[in-house]
Amino acid sequence: MNHLSLIIQREYLTKVRNKSFLIMTILSPLIMIALITVVVYLSQMNNNKQRTISVLDESGFVTNAFKSTEKTTYNILTGVTLENAKTIVEEQGDYGLLHINKIENFDLVDGSVQFYSEDSPSLSVISSLENKIEKELTNQNMAQKGIDIETINASKIKIDISQENFSGVKSSKIDSVVKLAFGGAAGYLLFMFIIIYGNMIMRSVIEEKTSRIIEVIISSVKPVQLMLGKIIGTSLAGITQFVIWIILGGVLLTVVSAIFGIDFAQAQTPQQELMRQAMENPDASMKVQSLFTAFYNLPLANLVIAFLLFFISGYLLYSSLYAAIGAAVDNETDTQQFMLPILMPLILAVYVGMFTVIEDPHGTVSTIFSFIPFTSPVVMLMRIPFGVPIWQQIVSLLLLIGTFLLTVWFAAKIYRVGILMYGKKPTYKELIKWIKY
Amino acid sequence: MSNLLEVHNVSKKFGDFTALNNVSITVPRGSIFGLLGPNGAGKTTLIRVINQITMPDHGHVLLDGEALKNHHIRDIGYLPEERGLYKSMKVGEQALYLAQLKGMQKSEAKKRLKMWFERLEIGDWWNKKIQELSKGMAQKIQFVVTVLHEPKLLIFDEPFSGFDPINANLIKDEILRLRDEGATVIFSTHRMESVEELCDHIALIHKSNKVLDGNLMDVKRQYKTNTFQIGIKPNNSTLEQELASKFSVTPAEFKTLGDDLKLNIKLSQDESANDLLSYLTNQGQISHFVEVIPSANDIFIQTVKNN
Repeated sequence: MNHLSLIIQREYLTKVRNKSFLIMTILSPLIMIALITVVVYLSQMNNNKQRTISVLDESGFVTNAFKSTEKTTYNILTGVTLENAKTIVEEQGDYGLLHINKIENFDLVDGSVQFYSEDSPSLSVISSLENKIEKELTNQNMAQKGIDIETINASKIKIDISQENFSGVKSSKIDSVVKLAFGGAAGYLLFMFIIIYGNMIMRSVIEEKTSRIIEVIISSVKPVQLMLGKIIGTSLAGITQFVIWIILGGVLLTVVSAIFGIDFAQAQTPQQELMRQAMENPDASMKVQSLFTAFYNLPLANLVIAFLLFFISGYLLYSSLYAAIGAAVDNETDTQQFMLPILMPLILAVYVGMFTVIEDPHGTVSTIFSFIPFTSPVVMLMRIPFGVPIWQQIVSLLLLIGTFLLTVWFAAKIYRVGILMYGKKPTYKELIKWIKY
Repeated sequence: MSNLLEVHNVSKKFGDFTALNNVSITVPRGSIFGLLGPNGAGKTTLIRVINQITMPDHGHVLLDGEALKNHHIRDIGYLPEERGLYKSMKVGEQALYLAQLKGMQKSEAKKRLKMWFERLEIGDWWNKKIQELSKGMAQKIQFVVTVLHEPKLLIFDEPFSGFDPINANLIKDEILRLRDEGATVIFSTHRMESVEELCDHIALIHKSNKVLDGNLMDVKRQYKTNTFQIGIKPNNSTLEQELASKFSVTPAEFKTLGDDLKLNIKLSQDESANDLLSYLTNQGQISHFVEVIPSANDIFIQTVKNN
């Protein structure tokens, strides 16, 4: 058996057998799911809470707009003054009091509606009240001005722009959402992977230094072999952990939602809001269908291949740097000053991906960052679902691989010298000198 | 080929610092070769060059008459001064892993490991983790791992540190046995009494330069001062003054049964031991007459001070 595979095997087995690794593997999805469950459960409880809102309508225009629902009971007050009404509401412990002044003229209604409450009211309550009053007053205003509401409703026209590119591929808003989800997930996955397992590689290099086994090992194998073996072995352990997380997480999620009857889809995040807006028109069966079409509209083959290539090269690029840092220092506390230059481009990539790619996947900023080797893996992975010309992908990948080879060479140099250096924390200047040894 | 290892004019610089300056040594086959020198002299760098951990800037190394190549890794067993083992790995597993890295087959490595573990009476450690063992115990494992693949050349850097006297003796005997079985040993240490005890050849490195090398006895001959240690019961009390006027005399320290006169007498180049002895026989009862042989320790200190 050759050295590299021996080293990979050892790294993998030690990682996988490690107790804290095992505990993390099992516990992380449990904690994650528990947290999600609690959050969703609480927000549902919050939504389900019964509210009583008292309404004192002195104008008499909008009383009809307030029909009690399951969640909100409207308590219409009549024949009391505002001061009395406030006392009543406070005594009853209602959520709040909505007060509408006398309205003489519809042009002057602004400022004649107030909401009184003990605590500041939630945004959604206020906006729902505003909606109701607005609608009611608009209707009455129209009636007063002699405009027929029926005619207006009948003459409304709804437009859904159908999108198609020059080569004839159709897409829709929902496509963009699906693309965003795919690109975002891929980019974010890479980001997480680099941070978690890059650190693990670094720690394992430091461990070899502090246990002083390193000189014994490198009298048998080349430092580059040891470094690559460590990176590959740790990554394989990482992939194992990730796969277990996904499977375990999926199973747990299904079980929990079945037992507690919590609908995770109801937990509304901004992305889901976007999704909901995009899918507003079609009915339920159309929704599923359009999701599938959107999925098939993705450049799937391109996506998978590009994902593998960019993920692997991007990960190797960063993990070789982590290995070099591990070799340069004696203990984990000394790593801080070297971590920043690694984390900066990584975080920058994620921000560019989140803000710029969503806004305009083919804009100048996104395009430039998808070529810069340290940000390209994340940004390009986010862009690809939107269709990136093959030449751009190839150029970006070549740049990335070139840089990756350069960093591995550079990291190997530092590694070779660093693993035999003890005691002093090196400066950047010394690291540069090591390369020349 | 009578020399197993030849190092020719090796130089190595780290930035502005010269770690080795044109160093050459030859290690005869089947010898125990002492590589000596003060701290920071360049011994470890030289050993690393031989192990292909560090590449020299100039010069070359021949092992068995062949320039060092990758496959020579198998022919060398190296016990570094900075040594350790993976703490959370089991003893047996770890030894097997390290043996396989030296190119051994797993089954063969297992067989030999069992044999060694039995010989050193550590068989029941196989499934223990290194962190459960004491330092001396871990050192034993390291020794076994170093010699397991039966290399032609063994390099020990301070092999006895961390051992109690009993185990140090055990390891010393094993080193001698390996030598008798045909291995050549390079032995780097600061403990001069073990140099005295074990080494046939020595080389002394000081401030990146080799300042001395050769067969230990030849070196001693080279450093001898023609000094003799005598014990005598003088016939008359003026002997000491007489001797002092004839030779260069210093008081000596050793044990005798009587209250003899004890002196170190340094002879000049043209005087022989016999001249001194025949002179002394007429002056009293001689109880002690020994040539003072310079110890490795003396040679070390003298050479380092003079350079």
